[in-house]
Amino acid sequence: MSAPVVPSPRAGGEPPGGEPVLAIDDLTVTLGTRNGPARAVAGVDWSVAPGRTLALVGESGSGKSMTVLAATGLAPRSATVTGRVRLLGRELTTMSETDRRRWRGRHVGFVFQDPMTTLNPVLTVGRQVTEACEEHLGMSRRQARSRAVELLDLVGIPAPERRVDAHPHQFSGGMRQRVVIAMALACEPELLIADEPTTALDVTTQAQIVELVADLRRRLGTAVVWITHDLGVVAGIADTVAVMYGGRIVEQGPVDAVFAAPGHPYTRALLAARPRPGAAGEELAAIPGAPPSPLDLPAGCAFWPRCPVRGDARCAHELPPLVPIAPGHRVRTFYPTTADGGATADPTTADGGATADPTTADGGATAEDRHQLRPEDR
Amino acid sequence: MGRFVLRRLLQSVVVLLGVTLVVFLLLQLVPGDPVRVALGTRFDQQTYDALRERSGLDRPLVVQYLSYVGHALTGDLGVSFRSGQPVTSIVLERLPATGSLSVTAVLFALLVAFPLGVLSAMRSGSFVDHAARVFSQFGVSVPDFWMGIMGILLFAGVLGWLPPSGYVALTDDPAGWASHVALPAAAVGLVTASILTRFIRSSVLEVLAEDYVRTAEAKGLRRRVVIVRHVLRNALIPVVTVVAVQLASLVGGVIVIEVLFAWPGVGRLTYDAVQARDYPVLQGAVLFVATLFLLMNLLVDVLYARLDPRITLR
Repeated sequence: MSAPVVPSPRAGGEPPGGEPVLAIDDLTVTLGTRNGPARAVAGVDWSVAPGRTLALVGESGSGKSMTVLAATGLAPRSATVTGRVRLLGRELTTMSETDRRRWRGRHVGFVFQDPMTTLNPVLTVGRQVTEACEEHLGMSRRQARSRAVELLDLVGIPAPERRVDAHPHQFSGGMRQRVVIAMALACEPELLIADEPTTALDVTTQAQIVELVADLRRRLGTAVVWITHDLGVVAGIADTVAVMYGGRIVEQGPVDAVFAAPGHPYTRALLAARPRPGAAGEELAAIPGAPPSPLDLPAGCAFWPRCPVRGDARCAHELPPLVPIAPGHRVRTFYPTTADGGATADPTTADGGATADPTTADGGATAEDRHQLRPEDR
Repeated sequence: MGRFVLRRLLQSVVVLLGVTLVVFLLLQLVPGDPVRVALGTRFDQQTYDALRERSGLDRPLVVQYLSYVGHALTGDLGVSFRSGQPVTSIVLERLPATGSLSVTAVLFALLVAFPLGVLSAMRSGSFVDHAARVFSQFGVSVPDFWMGIMGILLFAGVLGWLPPSGYVALTDDPAGWASHVALPAAAVGLVTASILTRFIRSSVLEVLAEDYVRTAEAKGLRRRVVIVRHVLRNALIPVVTVVAVQLASLVGGVIVIEVLFAWPGVGRLTYDAVQARDYPVLQGAVLFVATLFLLMNLLVDVLYARLDPRITLR
């Protein structure tokens, strides 16, 4: 991992920001199941800018993976997808299947959860890493092979000239995930989608993979969508975070603001459930109950049955809108948490601006927490 | 790999010894005196005793068995009670007929089962899938001899396109061979095709659900590349076993069809040997089929190692 072997016009060039790489708007995914339609994702919108990292956070079944799969045309055949998805300014939902396939393969790289099953056992890793380059960049077999050696070196695989012809079963889990990352970056995509890439790995390897992706993002200027249920990872790498519950975004904002002053009771509960270094030996907080089934979602707020705030009948029957509580920070609840930790009334009636300002908020997270989040910001 | 093959061949010899022992003992249990049957109307006590002594049947069982095995190791499987011909050459003579029928049947089966199985897996739940399932249900339910009889009635009787039975060697007259092999091969192949269609379908379905297929799709590869390079490469590995075992069992097992179509193969030979109590020929035929099974299994193992890099032969 020494020399920048992947030349990229974006590397270290223009500052991050600007036109979004991927913007999804009002995305809804309904899966046809044996027991009727299941609404996996409902009215989700977010975007990610070049060189930025968006974390999609939520429990299993919250719709976070389905959101990106559907957006990029990888949803299962039984799924009905509506909404708008723009990848590098081009609308994906109205594209032909063939165009979408090409556009996705050329501009988006995917890292999936389990490196043990993501790779094809009968093909050499080199072939798998750069077969997309043959398809999308018109490389010859030989060019693709030497490109694979470069990429394996880039992701820190020792002796890449030798390892390029090895098969996946000859690699450890962590090394396989590096191979998958090399594969995702093969066509120099503008966007990297990492779907719980560390979940199947042991803790020390997890840290290495997180560090590797963060480092590659800095060097290559790739935008990253990181799907995870691990808030600790989010704090370390993301710029913005979107928390999903029951197929909807319940809170979205800059990572500092969300961690410092979580506005949604669910986000607060998630943050409280994290193990903390100072609290060894104490029992971890848990959220009672289970997430709702996408087959049978409540009419109102999906979190209401488990909510510690427990508002009124309105929560049970009316879907709260996603409302801003600070610049760029939106929350879907009638009872956003205020800076002092309590819950205010409806933000549309209360003077929410001042109370929810994350810069003055102190109740949401401890100083230790925030130090842990982004040391470079302190 | 060379050492693997060598060791497996040595193991095969042990297995074959077991096969000869079982067959030898089984034949002792079969009622009927082979020498008496062989003589038929020419029977008189003197000839009977002479033939019995000449074929060694008057000696103790252990001696008979050991001498059989001893000769078998040198390729001598004894002589037929019936014709006096060496068994080895009798069995080998039947090989082209049986081999060409079995291979044609398996090729026919693959030609049907491969596209049908892959297509019905790729479009699972579609019309093609349902049609394939009805076909394979039909194929495994209907006995091959009935298919053969229907085939004869339709193509030889009503339409008159094909000869109803008989055999022409492939080397003598390829066109004549083809017209004669068509019906028996189709009758046998249809059953094999049904088994293979089911097997290929479920194998492909299983691989289609693998994560690495989603990975290949995420890369934006063409559908054809995803199917051929990622799905079929993996799905067809277990199919190799089924095809090889089917082929081996056809060589020894198309008895009814060979009798029905007057096809002079190993199956027919086995049938005739049983009828005539021609024990040396029967033993030879069984030994031949067992050897073929062992070789096929060895071939499958070697092929597996070539197809799946996770397997190494040691």
